[in-house]
Amino acid sequence: MKILEVKNLKVELGGEEIIKNLSFEVKEGEILTILGPNGAGKTVLLKTLLGFLPHQGEVLWQKKTKIGYLPQGITQLKVKDLPLSVEEFFKLKKVTREEILKFLKLVGIREGAFLKKRIGDMSTGQFQRMLVAWVLISEPEVLLFDEPTAGIDIGGEETIYSLLHRFWKERKLTILLVTHDLNIVYKYSSDVLCLSKKGVSCSGQPKEVLTTGLLEKMYGTEIKFYQHKSG
Amino acid sequence: MSQFILSLIGGIFVSATAGYLGTLMLQKRMALVAGPLGHLTLPGIALALLYGFDVSLGAFPFVILGIILIWFFEMRTKLPMEALTAVVFASGVALAFLFLPIEQAETALVGDISQVGFGEVVTTAILCLLIFSVLKKIFSKMLLINISEDLAKVEGVNIKKYNLIYLGCIAIIVALGAKLVGGLLTAALVAIPACTARNLSKNMRSYGFLAPLFGALSAVAGVFLFEFSGLPAGPMVILSATLIFLVSLIFRK
Repeated sequence: MKILEVKNLKVELGGEEIIKNLSFEVKEGEILTILGPNGAGKTVLLKTLLGFLPHQGEVLWQKKTKIGYLPQGITQLKVKDLPLSVEEFFKLKKVTREEILKFLKLVGIREGAFLKKRIGDMSTGQFQRMLVAWVLISEPEVLLFDEPTAGIDIGGEETIYSLLHRFWKERKLTILLVTHDLNIVYKYSSDVLCLSKKGVSCSGQPKEVLTTGLLEKMYGTEIKFYQHKSG
Repeated sequence: MSQFILSLIGGIFVSATAGYLGTLMLQKRMALVAGPLGHLTLPGIALALLYGFDVSLGAFPFVILGIILIWFFEMRTKLPMEALTAVVFASGVALAFLFLPIEQAETALVGDISQVGFGEVVTTAILCLLIFSVLKKIFSKMLLINISEDLAKVEGVNIKKYNLIYLGCIAIIVALGAKLVGGLLTAALVAIPACTARNLSKNMRSYGFLAPLFGALSAVAGVFLFEFSGLPAGPMVILSATLIFLVSLIFRK
């Protein structure tokens, strides 16, 4: 079943056309990775899907779809000097203490004492896990994650992607993911959507559509690095 | 009611509310913004003194003007907030001295609540209670906005609306603060108790509780010092706040 349909989407920001004539669909239970070089409009696309940006064309979500979103670049720096405890951060949403403990446990944070901890005092890995829990606690059906790691190791056996993959399996989520990491795409994605400045786009299953030719076209000189990583 | 009690009550209400507001302004890294806004109230205060109407009433339209100016400059120039602050800062003082009666300069610069009347104190208290409850209501939403506007948007927070309410609260508190500690010192009234509270807080609850408490304590100490030494109350309030801040450094968490 279709959960999202995008038709002839056009987004203009500051007089520049960021997204041109984009159409695609997302089915329930899909893990769609949005690929593309910097400046191709991946973040803009996510924000448009969330309704944050003015656009032309259609963005149709299935009725009453609950969306969870983890934007790019939420770092601890922002909260470092705030006397904000983990519990208080969660209480910004209407959730109970039991729910908080449950979801922290789900992301691998087991100590109850954690609730009283100042967010600024957490390790980077704990912080990333906590953010995932913060998004999941609202029980979203669709997750929009914008480069969730950005190069951060969350510690332990799990990466943030295997964590997401586990939730996807357990909770029958639909996930839209922006990443640069082709490994992740091959390992976890059911579908891929390519954006590029030149307007080249692909969509379909990763193994079918991600040909060397296409990647070269998309990333230009960056391709060597990516081939190396995925090889 | 004796004049002393009136000054005390007025001082406590304004200072405590300013302290609470300070916790939000510190989060937004806007603690210094109260500075230029305070300075900009000076022409308004000068007018009020010249024509004999309420100082806060004179100050208020100038704070609004200041907020609009800073917002407008930021939009047009993309200069950082602190640079704009520098631009606006002294202009208010300079402008005020064009027509400020010099014998009343002290009142304008460092405030004077030694003459507040009963009606004034009642109005001040009501306004402060109102602002306090509004701030309490928007606090968690503002916190989320400060952490990430995108997260706030997903939660359905109307960012523009909350920012507008927040700025409105700043305007009223700065105008009320101008009477207590004058145009020059309002920034300190907002910033110092919040800084002290942050030194001692591990969570938001104690932060939001301690800041107004320290604000109120500074007001009490300041008005008492004024009563017994005859030194102007405004600077005494601020210096008391500074002293509490210094003490807090010893217990810093």
